[in-house]
Amino acid sequence: MQKCDSIIEIKHVSKYFGEKAVLDDVNMCISKGEFVTILGPSGRGKTTLLRLIAGFQSATSGEITIAGRDITQTPPHKRPVNTVFQKYALFPHLNVFDNIAFGLKLKKLPSSLIEQKMKHALKMVGMTGYEYRDVDSLSGGQQQRVAIARAIVNEPEVLLLDEPLAALDLKMRKDMQMELKEMHRSLGITFVYVTHDQEEALTLSDTIVVMSEGKIQQISTPIDIYNEPVNSFVADFIGESNILNGMMIKDREVSFAGHCFECVDTGFGEMSPVDVVIRPEDIILFDPNENAPLTGQVASCVFKGVHYEMAIVNNGGYEFLVQNYHSYEVGSQVGMMIKPTEIHVMKKERMYNTLEGKLIDATHVEFLGTQFACSEVTGIEPGAEVWVEVDFHNVILEDNEEDGDLTGEVTFILYKGNHYHLTVWTDWDENIFVDTHDVWDDGDRVGITIPAEYIRVIKK
Amino acid sequence: MNTQIATFLSKRRNWAIPYTVFMFVFVVMPLVLIFWYGFTDADGTLTLANFKKFVTSSEAVNTFVYSIGIAVITTLVCLLLGYPAAYILSRADLNASRTMVVLFILPMWINILIRTLATVALFDFLNLPLGEGALIFGMVYNFLPFMIYPIYNTLQKMDTNLIEAAQDLGANPFQVFTKTIFPLSVPGITSGVVMVFMPTVSTFAIAELLTINNIKLFGTTVQESINNGMWNYGAALSLIMLLLIGVTILFSSDSNNSNEGGVL
Amino acid sequence: MMKKIFAQAYLWLLLALLYAPILIIMIFSFTESKVLGNWTGFSTKLYTSLFAGEVQCSLISAIWNTFAIATIAASVSTILGSIAAIGIYNLKVRARQVMLFSNAIPMVNADIITGVSLFLLFVSLGVSQGFTTVVLAHITFCTPYVVLSIMPRLQRMNRNIYEAALDLGATPFQALRKVILPEIRPGMISGFILAFTLSIDDFAITIFTIGNEGLETLSTFIYADARKGGLTPELRPLSTIIFVTVLLLLVIINRCAEKAAKK
Repeated sequence: MQKCDSIIEIKHVSKYFGEKAVLDDVNMCISKGEFVTILGPSGRGKTTLLRLIAGFQSATSGEITIAGRDITQTPPHKRPVNTVFQKYALFPHLNVFDNIAFGLKLKKLPSSLIEQKMKHALKMVGMTGYEYRDVDSLSGGQQQRVAIARAIVNEPEVLLLDEPLAALDLKMRKDMQMELKEMHRSLGITFVYVTHDQEEALTLSDTIVVMSEGKIQQISTPIDIYNEPVNSFVADFIGESNILNGMMIKDREVSFAGHCFECVDTGFGEMSPVDVVIRPEDIILFDPNENAPLTGQVASCVFKGVHYEMAIVNNGGYEFLVQNYHSYEVGSQVGMMIKPTEIHVMKKERMYNTLEGKLIDATHVEFLGTQFACSEVTGIEPGAEVWVEVDFHNVILEDNEEDGDLTGEVTFILYKGNHYHLTVWTDWDENIFVDTHDVWDDGDRVGITIPAEYIRVIKK
Repeated sequence: MNTQIATFLSKRRNWAIPYTVFMFVFVVMPLVLIFWYGFTDADGTLTLANFKKFVTSSEAVNTFVYSIGIAVITTLVCLLLGYPAAYILSRADLNASRTMVVLFILPMWINILIRTLATVALFDFLNLPLGEGALIFGMVYNFLPFMIYPIYNTLQKMDTNLIEAAQDLGANPFQVFTKTIFPLSVPGITSGVVMVFMPTVSTFAIAELLTINNIKLFGTTVQESINNGMWNYGAALSLIMLLLIGVTILFSSDSNNSNEGGVL
Repeated sequence: MMKKIFAQAYLWLLLALLYAPILIIMIFSFTESKVLGNWTGFSTKLYTSLFAGEVQCSLISAIWNTFAIATIAASVSTILGSIAAIGIYNLKVRARQVMLFSNAIPMVNADIITGVSLFLLFVSLGVSQGFTTVVLAHITFCTPYVVLSIMPRLQRMNRNIYEAALDLGATPFQALRKVILPEIRPGMISGFILAFTLSIDDFAITIFTIGNEGLETLSTFIYADARKGGLTPELRPLSTIIFVTVLLLLVIINRCAEKAAKK
């Protein structure tokens, strides 16, 4: 955990909806005055975390403190935080003035003071003169400004923002980002900001918290998150990237795409499998010559405004995404070079699927709630608890759910240069990871089979 | 104690409890009681005698069949008169048609007995005899808006692009109607049919007024048996009517999925 | 063009047919004749005698009862239905479906069955039937309409505005009063008016729950009157007045709805 000059501390917080963990043992500290962004794909727990801080939902377990006070059981109206909602949530029966004054009136402040504070807040969001407008007559951007004014007028210690710009168009969003940043500086209070837009997170934040599957993947500054992602999920989610399977030969030497490269990473041990991340703008293209570490053929080239984006396939069949200011014709051969400092090596989270199971008899094992045939197992008593290991590429996905031994849903797809690495959420509520050359879509329902000979049963 | 109440009230879903209790006592229990009374005799012993009595009483069965017949005729007449009206209304421009629809529904808000008596008055005024004709006229008059409104609603909501698409694909006006408009308005028709059929088949008192007590409908049989203290028999007859209504709703719920039914 | 004229003519013909009986009653409310259809010259005597109380006192008390029952039933339904709607809105999907299904029963069911079922309830509980049982019965069939006129407003409401109020320091009760209530108020008003008119209009359920202690509402009075053969002439001006009142109420509801739709 980081340094704790903190205003919000979240300790071992979990939230279950039924059996499903939306937040799984989340720990984090938010420093006073920080602009923290919680970033992650939609529906993966980040809004829930914000709602726990605001008090609209309560954690299944764990503790949340704000300014040193445990507020886990405090109702929302007694918390020193205010929220800006995604769809503004302005009170439709009140005008702009009454919306902003809502909290102040509840505190029974004198009306002259309310007026003064309200004017100040309106000025802050650039909406002076709109006091007596009907909120329904305002545009989306204006409504969002009123929503922000309504929250900051109460001078909260923490301002929570739940995807506040998601409903605005691109231009408006960019403007509001700058204004939010400015507002954060002049107010000096802590902002906790939830978004699924990685660019927004990189632009706005002091600290980014990347969340997925109810777990915090990484907490870091925007620069570190971009340059030093801790795992392939973060690398894939933040910016565009080439993620490949690699092998750490020894310190400062890694092999991938069929070649050895010099790198700057150490401490992975010798001959250990790793994930390699290369940003598309870090691959240098040139006309092919003998010194080129990698050569390939341009498969596609698209103009993106500032740069060209090319897909380049090397001799080994690996596809690289490359951004360059110059274009190369489709079909032409190019040389590719990557500086050692631009090769980012990450420890693999797993080499193969490891699942808990139970041996039924010598040739059958049960895991993921399903009985599978396996090669004959010796030396383990039937009925014993065992570990089951399956290599990623030995899991077979079927189009028809009925064809599989069990069923699941594709939840995450990672392109690894020459194959896809899929995360499949099985109906037994556990993930299984699959390497495949077939193209699947996020959310596809699949049947899953595993041939008997590829199931390794290991004594617990 | 106070805080207990406060926490109870703060869970908003607890607010459904009073109405749940109310519905249990005044909606569910009474329906259960109909079953109980229908399947027991005056002493409270289980029996099918009430139903046997109905089946063996030719008068009751005749009334039942006759009521269904009248309801079917009324429904058909309402459909034949109402569909063109709903169609014309739906083609008119929106503001004018809104007012017209309200005009069609307005008479619904007058007490059904007064409406019926007004029909009697009309027949008297025109020197027409009261009887079966008056009965059907009165029924149609009473329930026609129930047919027009749902059909109008579905036709109104229909995407005009569909009609244009049909024309574009070469359908003549007649084909546009038979191949596009009519099939798409079927949900409105079923809900209209149910909304007319159900009250006509279960109506009572109206028939007596319209036919000077010459024609009796099944609803009146139910009411009379209750009035005469034959609660068990009355409950059994109600059950038979309930069954009829249930079948009608089942038949309609397949094609009718939204809330086209609401009046106003 | 011809087609259009033909279509319009058809509509007006139908309307004429629908309104003919009512018009006849309205016209003949301005004449003294005992028998409907017999015009004996213009007179407002029926109106004056209706208001002067020169009619049978049972008609006057029936009118009173009708309005008393409608007022109480509509008020209680509105309160019960509003609380219920907020509760149902916050239920989990399954429970909400069950509640909305049961809520629909009295609306879908034939009046006569609702009437018989409530009658059986009251007799098996040993409750003597009268004013209270009629009110209870009316609440039973009115509340579903109130719930249904409030639910859409809740569903259209931004779920976050309640939380926003809490977030700005409102207690749950304050949030309800200052945010939720203003949102559902139009639904409550139209629910109340709907309940009121339904209650006034009801005959089938009332007749089964009114007992035989001599209590009469307008509906039962007219029924008894008509069965006796004649129709008390004062019912003609009364029907006219009711029709005009209902007309006005409907205009108000529609105005409310239009305003809400514009928002």
